[in-house]
Amino acid sequence: MLEYIIFSLLNSLVLGMLLFMLSSGLTLIFSMMGVLNFAHASFYMLGAYFGYQISTAIGFWPALIIAPPLVGLFGALVERYGLRNVHKYGHVAELLFTVGLAFIIEEGVNLIWGRNAVTYPIPKLLDFPIFTLFNTEFSAYRMFMLFISVAIFIALYWILTRTRIGLIIQAALTHPQMVNALGHNVPAVFMLVFGGGSALAGLAGVIGGIFLVTEPAMAATLGPIVFVVIVVGGMGSLTGAFVASLLLAAIQTFAVGIEYSLSDLLALVGIRAEVGGILKDLWRIQLSHTGPILPYLFMVLILMFRPKGLMGKRET
Amino acid sequence: MIIFLKKFGIWLAAVLICVVLPLIFRSGFSISLLSQMGIAIIFALSYNMLLGQGGMLSFGHAVYYGLGGFLAMHALNRIGAGTLPIPIELLPLVGGVAGVLAGLVFGWLSTARASTTFALISLGIGELIAASALMLPSFFGGEQGIIGDRVVKLTITGFRFGKQIEVYYLIAVWMLICVALMYLLTQTPLGRVANAVRDNPERAAFIGYAPRTVRTLQFTLAAFFAGAAGGLFAINYEIITAETVGAQASGSVLMMTYIGGVGHFFGPILGAILITFMQLSLAGVTHAWLLYFGLLFVGMVMWAPNGLSGIIMVHEPVWKARLMKRLLPAYGLIALPCLIMFLGAMILIEINYHLSLSINPENPMHLLGITFRAQSPVAWGLSLVMMVAGFFFFRKARSVVQERWSEVSQTLKGGLTR
Repeated sequence: MLEYIIFSLLNSLVLGMLLFMLSSGLTLIFSMMGVLNFAHASFYMLGAYFGYQISTAIGFWPALIIAPPLVGLFGALVERYGLRNVHKYGHVAELLFTVGLAFIIEEGVNLIWGRNAVTYPIPKLLDFPIFTLFNTEFSAYRMFMLFISVAIFIALYWILTRTRIGLIIQAALTHPQMVNALGHNVPAVFMLVFGGGSALAGLAGVIGGIFLVTEPAMAATLGPIVFVVIVVGGMGSLTGAFVASLLLAAIQTFAVGIEYSLSDLLALVGIRAEVGGILKDLWRIQLSHTGPILPYLFMVLILMFRPKGLMGKRET
Repeated sequence: MIIFLKKFGIWLAAVLICVVLPLIFRSGFSISLLSQMGIAIIFALSYNMLLGQGGMLSFGHAVYYGLGGFLAMHALNRIGAGTLPIPIELLPLVGGVAGVLAGLVFGWLSTARASTTFALISLGIGELIAASALMLPSFFGGEQGIIGDRVVKLTITGFRFGKQIEVYYLIAVWMLICVALMYLLTQTPLGRVANAVRDNPERAAFIGYAPRTVRTLQFTLAAFFAGAAGGLFAINYEIITAETVGAQASGSVLMMTYIGGVGHFFGPILGAILITFMQLSLAGVTHAWLLYFGLLFVGMVMWAPNGLSGIIMVHEPVWKARLMKRLLPAYGLIALPCLIMFLGAMILIEINYHLSLSINPENPMHLLGITFRAQSPVAWGLSLVMMVAGFFFFRKARSVVQERWSEVSQTLKGGLTR
């Protein structure tokens, strides 16, 4: 039991930090521009595929350095030549632009790398168990992921609170017109944040593509989860995104191991439910199988009862 | 008589077209294409009740379509077994009732705010239902879905619906009824207040209409029509799977409606017809059709946010002032570089699909009647040159079109002031 708890905690920490790398960029982009970027997970996918392509050509370590800026550059171009032009048609058009972009990127990945998952292996240097606890191994690669994401977290925190550009970004989050009036180039800041957020998503892709799987459907599987994270954490709140990433990762990781269903729960309080009919499965679903729906249930409930999210300051 | 024709002429024409079309296009493929178009038209118009008329951007409208379809399919099986006395012609109503029930519950839960919150709740509900569809196999039939048999004894018209053409006419009748009802709804006080709530919920609340109630009503009615479309889906295909409630179906109705144009009532009809046609005909020709579809969608969002109907309606005053002849040459001028650019992109896309998907990429590929090797630098170079040159001339031609447009609109304004 202790072994299960410790390893679930460690794994949810790894997954949670990966989710944070994605959600931090998304939540900043949303609170600055008011655009819910549906293509954010597609940048994550691009990062994974760029990482895969570069690491098969010249190795994993150069890929780790080169791929994220490439994705960031792509993101900045999308903002400059796509999103900025659509801005005049309003938020719905901007949102639909990112939806269409996500669609095109997925098809483009299909086009270039094929429809099946590619083999994107763990780099040789990190392919060993770093420690063994209760006969279960913890791989060095997961430790490395944890290290990278913590480093990014610290760097992000430092940039946003201790540097000049970070202060401008923070000011532009809440008062873009005022920042503009003070003579800062707000559109350029938008482009920078969009590009930076995309680069972070790309980095998450380079390391997450190995940890999870690199396939054309990866954006569609992770994308909604990232939305759940920023909604639960509160739109625009980095701390909220951090807490919600860890929380959601923990929920998903722990739910996998719990095999109780509603009828077990009822049996616990002494009711033996022998329900027939068309929804009889509802009583027999084990908690471990509800993994895919738990985040969405969580999001819908939060949106209905606390639309600010856990730590957000304003409603969506 | 003239007044009657003016008022109802377009509806008479629609009825006439629905009757005549299957007599002109008689092949099995075209009949099933027409049937699907009918279903898609209802679905897209019901979606526009949310997005266009109510200002609610939904990412989960397929939930009501799918649930309607599933309930109708269960009802169909009961009818076949003789335990449910509903004639098959009224099956879409069963789907509609399912839509209303689900729409009332989910609509009330999600319409407290419009905009992003609503969009996210609809996305969440969509994903919830899609994920639970696989967990509740006794209702949703699991991976393989549930099947039914539409040939039942209980009919009121006497048709057995064994042949596709009979199903087509059933769909056409329901389509006309639903379109007329949805059009009439836009003329009711509810339809008008829904527009008011879309444009300014605060003011609507001040004059005494609770935005949430109005949105919920609009949402429930939209869900009814989506459910009816789902019921027709069940009759048409005789199989329904969990995919019908999924994100892809929701996304596809969103794209149909938007490409058709949300600003005018007939927009989604155009979108549904065009996209269904693309889905069925292009999918057989090229693997890349989803990519073309996505490019079309993004192109519409970037350059024609009012959709096809918006493009058409912009020309209405020009047409009435008989000034189209001034615009047409400029359009011809811009069509050429667009075509060149598109051909260039198409060659590049098809080459890449050939390289990544075919069994042996070394085999020569066929495109537009030409056979060539995908590795040949000529093809790559040609496509790149075409794209670059096309883009260059496109920029030039665009300024000509803009010039003509400003001329024409000057003349139009002058005509008004004179």
